[in-house]
Amino acid sequence: MTETGTLRKTALNATHRAAKAKMVDFGGWDMPVEYSGLIAEHMAVRTAVGLFDVSHMGDIQLRGPGSLAALQQLCMNDASKLAEGQAQYSAMLYPNGTFVDDVVVHKLSGNDYLIVINAGTREKDVQWIRQTIGRMPGVHINDFSDYYTQLAIQGPRAAETLQKLTSTDLSAIKNYWFTWGQVCGLHNVMIARTGYTGEDGFEIYIPSDVATSERVWNEVLAAGAEFGILPCGLGARNTLRLESAMALYGHEISDTINALEAGLGRYAKLDKPEFVGRDALLAIQADGGPKRKLVGLEMMERGIGRDGYPVFSLDGAQAGERIGEITSGSPAPFLKKNIAMAYVPVEHSGLETELAVEIRGQKVKARVVPLPFYKKSKKSA
Amino acid sequence: MAYPAGYRYTKEHEWIEVDGNKGTVGITDYAQNSLGDIVFVDLPKVGDKVEAGNIFGSVESVKAVSDLYAPASGTVTAVNEDLANAPEKINADANKTWMLKLDLDGAQSDGLLSAADYEKFISEETGH
Repeated sequence: MTETGTLRKTALNATHRAAKAKMVDFGGWDMPVEYSGLIAEHMAVRTAVGLFDVSHMGDIQLRGPGSLAALQQLCMNDASKLAEGQAQYSAMLYPNGTFVDDVVVHKLSGNDYLIVINAGTREKDVQWIRQTIGRMPGVHINDFSDYYTQLAIQGPRAAETLQKLTSTDLSAIKNYWFTWGQVCGLHNVMIARTGYTGEDGFEIYIPSDVATSERVWNEVLAAGAEFGILPCGLGARNTLRLESAMALYGHEISDTINALEAGLGRYAKLDKPEFVGRDALLAIQADGGPKRKLVGLEMMERGIGRDGYPVFSLDGAQAGERIGEITSGSPAPFLKKNIAMAYVPVEHSGLETELAVEIRGQKVKARVVPLPFYKKSKKSA
Repeated sequence: MAYPAGYRYTKEHEWIEVDGNKGTVGITDYAQNSLGDIVFVDLPKVGDKVEAGNIFGSVESVKAVSDLYAPASGTVTAVNEDLANAPEKINADANKTWMLKLDLDGAQSDGLLSAADYEKFISEETGH
């Protein structure tokens, strides 16, 4: 495989290969798709704890007195609401309201923000950020993507696992907040209670040299051994986020899908005076709202609806017509159902609406179900 | 995982064990490993005809779907019913987990690979 030479690697690449993980090209990165098996890894995260190398994610820092104003222009959520140590789900939109990318914005300190972006869109995102806010006064943009190894420790036992490696009281970090602490002897590690699995969990940002990355990776696995920790690949990451109905760029969100269609309107703060894409979203709203909607589908008959499979209506004026397409579909290992997300016209998006998915030439019945498919049980934390 | 010397193999990663005019068909360890956790197998019915080189069904893992190609032509005499509820048996032991039993249409092994040739083929395919 000569292409491997051109793929980018995280600091843990040799570790993944030594562990005999199956590797795939993910957005130009040579990444582990599974270690012991996708279902086992998925279940470890739902019932115990799993460890992911997510160092391929990008990390953009905005700093300077103009950073908040720049961020407010760049992203649809309201960053002025952030306190120091708080993170926020947001997105960068094009002027027409479609997605450049979805992001997580962290307020590091007064004028200092970290935007975590997707791996597959990294270059495009950085270019877009520079183009959109690079000329605004008092903002300095730094691409720190290669400076960090980002590890995600996810699952109901994630806190217990990580607590063994840090003196920081993790119970004091609320969901979507972060702090700085000592982890595995490293000082001032950013510890965020964030993730992409629908479970409780943490993401830590450590120096990206190979020795440090490998040492921390191994120490987390050792700390989690008593809870049954498994190293997890992107396969489980995808099924976990699908059960939790979290968007993936190129699937539920893209440059042809706007923020209102995607069901992410609650993160688009239209009462902010200005941000790129705002006018388009207001116009869509004024025009009666989006014409199509992201829905959850559960297969009612044997068959697995997968990414790109067409969706047909079963009744009404459009009976038998192709009305949409699955954006992500898979067996759901924890729910033990075949689930999918799809865009369909609003008139076909009602709960319990029966639709058909064409699976390899055969129409298989599915019904519209609420999103997310899976929601973690509330614990008295 | 060894590939049994008594089987013959397709380049699409099925195996067939031939005994007189009877054939038994499954997928290879390489195939199950590439697919990952298998969750669904779609097979023909007893009495159906399958034709060498043509698709006779499909196998799905969590992350992918793959067509099944018949190693030989014949009539289906038995389908492994266990796989409807326990398709993961293929992951556990692909060599022993059969999918179909066939009454073969005469002697045939055109284009099928020996175990040694199949191993050579997959090592070339993966570049290992």
